[in-house]
Amino acid sequence: MNFLVAPLTIASIAGGFAALISIVDKHVNDYGDVTININSDKKNLDVRGGDSLLTTLSSEGIFIPSACGGRGSCGACKCKIVTDVGPHLPTEVPYLTKEEMGDNIRLACQIKVKKDLELQIPDELFNVKQFIGRVEKIVDLTHDIKEVLIDIGEETIDFDAGAYVQLVVPPYGKIKDINQRAYSMSSRPSDKSHIEMLIRLVPGGIATTWVHTLLKEGDKVDVIGPFGDFRKSETNSAMICVAGGSGMAPFKSILYDMFEKNDTQREVWYFFGARTEKDLFYLQELRDLQEKWSNFHFVPALSEPDTTGKWQGETGLITDVLDRYLKEVIGDKEREGYLCGSPGMINACNNVFTENGMDLDKIYYDSFA
Amino acid sequence: MAPDIHPFTLLLASIFTSNILLANFLGMCSFISISKDMTSSNGLGMAVTGVLTITGMINWVVLKYVLVPLDLLYLRFIVFIVVIAATVQVLEMVIDRISPTLYMALGIFLPLITVNCAILGVSLFMEIRNYTFIQTTFFSLGSGLGWWMAIMALSAIQKKIANAPVPAGLKGPGITLITIGFMAMAFIGFSGMLIVQ
Repeated sequence: MNFLVAPLTIASIAGGFAALISIVDKHVNDYGDVTININSDKKNLDVRGGDSLLTTLSSEGIFIPSACGGRGSCGACKCKIVTDVGPHLPTEVPYLTKEEMGDNIRLACQIKVKKDLELQIPDELFNVKQFIGRVEKIVDLTHDIKEVLIDIGEETIDFDAGAYVQLVVPPYGKIKDINQRAYSMSSRPSDKSHIEMLIRLVPGGIATTWVHTLLKEGDKVDVIGPFGDFRKSETNSAMICVAGGSGMAPFKSILYDMFEKNDTQREVWYFFGARTEKDLFYLQELRDLQEKWSNFHFVPALSEPDTTGKWQGETGLITDVLDRYLKEVIGDKEREGYLCGSPGMINACNNVFTENGMDLDKIYYDSFA
Repeated sequence: MAPDIHPFTLLLASIFTSNILLANFLGMCSFISISKDMTSSNGLGMAVTGVLTITGMINWVVLKYVLVPLDLLYLRFIVFIVVIAATVQVLEMVIDRISPTLYMALGIFLPLITVNCAILGVSLFMEIRNYTFIQTTFFSLGSGLGWWMAIMALSAIQKKIANAPVPAGLKGPGITLITIGFMAMAFIGFSGMLIVQ
């Protein structure tokens, strides 16, 4: 039995220390009950201390946007903490500007709730909820874009057209973590019991691969939202909207919302860029909308139409088409730019807009990729 | 038999004449990488001193009352490492609670020194040299202080070097290693005063 002495000794020493660590952890990391005061007494939460601020808030039903789910890799969960919680951590610094640091902006996922806190978040976030929905319908719009319609049952969602939600992706296959990804809602604000998203398959993308290969009609999905301040402005300037691929989503919502609300006095131009015929979708719907709404102009453009000559619309890169229309058709008037697409496209369009004399602060887009 | 050395002599000896860094060259990796910045050096020195003293004492107890009676001396490496890792973990939690400021100052260094070879080295020296508990305590504390002093000295020298015309090929670790070499030679000067094994 002598051979047992060594392993047992090691095991008991390691076990003893493990027990010590968990006992210390239990006592030392017990911060008791703390109060979180949000937006100067607008809401007071009594919670247990010890967790990160992000998870503490979400367990109380307040969802600060976070694309990475609290791992400190996206920098989205910024909030202003009025209480002094010590200097900025090295994990926060890369995501904050000097002004933000001076203004006590912190990353909620890196701050541990240890004492009573006072913080400030945008009021809209009170409206953010976690919805447990069911996939009602998945439609293949093109070879790589799916329209996903989620029924949120009894719950209702209130949002301005153009807002986005975070889709919660459960662990699957080799992906061991829960992930969250942001998608613009393409559903209309008037339909409060559904959330619709357009999801394009990104090769290697965690969420898009899941949606395209595993998600089925009838599945349960979690969605958190609404977030974002991408919405139409309250002016009378002409709206110049540019989108490509699944960037269609917010404009589908905004355009139908305006039409439904009879907000049709404003001049709206919608440029939609695609590569070939098979990348186009909603063509008929938008042309029908154009018929009924005289101030709305839909301009689809293909950069590589097939050689049969059937394509009657614009050809060329969307930026070239946009440039030509800005100079020759739309002309010089009060204009606002609205963009949704890849960072590269947003950059290129920003350049076209500014070259045509538009101010950068009159150009709106969500800066998530 | 424990060597007949006064604990205070041992303390001075481990700081100066047999400095863990400059005489035994232990704990070099963090020494070289952290010494660029004085504030960090100070934090790391403090952490090393604290952990060294505490783990030295615990390891002595484990050695004398568990490993030697059970004739398991060959397990000392793994047991010492377990003790060091657990101590660092507990220390980190306690410091985080008691003094967030100190916790911030130490930052990532506290978990980092689990793998600092100076810490394990001191425990092994204590075993080879048969120190008593009091001697171990003073030796561990002295080694920690010696390490702290050495890294502060090096980072101060590095500050000077930053403004000196160092040949391109020697910039970074190259000139640092040469500097450490000179420092080690300077410390050998102390060795005539005390010889401790």
